[in-house]
Amino acid sequence: MSDVRNEWPLWEVFVRSKAGLDHKHCGSLHAPDAKGAVQLAREVYTRRQEGTSIWVVRSDQIVASDPADKDMYFDPMADKVYRHPTFYELPDAVNHM
Amino acid sequence: MTASIALRSSADVQYVLRLADTCLIWSHRLSEWCGHAPVLEEDIALANHALDLLGQARALLTHAGRLDGQGFDEDQLAYLRDERDFLNVTMAELPNGKSAGGPGDFAFTVLRNFMLSSWALALWARLQDSRDAELAAIAGKAVKEARYHREHAADWVVRLGDGTEDIALRMQAALERLWPYTNELFDADAVDAAAAGSALGPAWSTLREGWLADVRAVMAEAMLPLPAPSAYRSEAKRGMHSEHMGHLLAGMQHLQRAFPGGVW
Repeated sequence: MSDVRNEWPLWEVFVRSKAGLDHKHCGSLHAPDAKGAVQLAREVYTRRQEGTSIWVVRSDQIVASDPADKDMYFDPMADKVYRHPTFYELPDAVNHM
Repeated sequence: MTASIALRSSADVQYVLRLADTCLIWSHRLSEWCGHAPVLEEDIALANHALDLLGQARALLTHAGRLDGQGFDEDQLAYLRDERDFLNVTMAELPNGKSAGGPGDFAFTVLRNFMLSSWALALWARLQDSRDAELAAIAGKAVKEARYHREHAADWVVRLGDGTEDIALRMQAALERLWPYTNELFDADAVDAAAAGSALGPAWSTLREGWLADVRAVMAEAMLPLPAPSAYRSEAKRGMHSEHMGHLLAGMQHLQRAFPGGVW
């Protein structure tokens, strides 16, 4: 098993497709530095014309919610229907959203 | 076994073949890394580079076959010409080198990639102005690929050159080995004169200054001193290849020559 300290840092890759509006997470890769990460993401994740814009973030920079806290964080949303904008009737003049 | 073909070798055809064959042979050397590169991501990068070069070679070989006028296609040109009729630069045919227990010398590979990519980029940029519309069109597409190849390779040269003492020494050794073969990239001869005269493309000698400036800048950033100028003149672009070309072609051409017209 290789020593983890000898590995290049891990980066998460997000790609936005030509017709898309947001960058989607598509995988990860190892790279020595930021510029290398963008280039290697281009090589690995856009070679089949998957996208026109790349974001890379060092995996250890990502702060994620704790799965163990799922109950506390997300269950309370289930019964707060008044937070949804479904009871407002749009006037005809602006009803094309 | 299938007999070799021979082209009519007009100056125009030779000029196009020099670039076509350089792309083909360089692509072949890069493809030898597939499955053996030091890192998975770079393995894919090298394979992509090889495929880009192969695409350029295919377009140029098809065009050369058309210019030659005997009806040969890209496959016949790639697989049925003899060693003396290939006109790539020697630098492209040099083996990837040996590293301890590995399939090649990565330092040598990235240096060769950078030097050839910088040269190819300069040439493709000028070929966009060729009086030959097809050549200009091929150049329009290839110049974008070359720009990326050059940048990717340059970044590696800097990363390795300015790396640990061990790797910097290996880079220096690779640079010394490659340097004598760079003269061939800029030697002018009758083929260049004809191409420049008829506006087919630039004489290769006109690319030297820009290339040297680019190489100086990148080597400075990589903390690698440039070797002394060499008097050596390699001549593969005139059909006089190094001892490596025969072995390379044997591997590349054997299957097509043993099973003529084979497709799969």
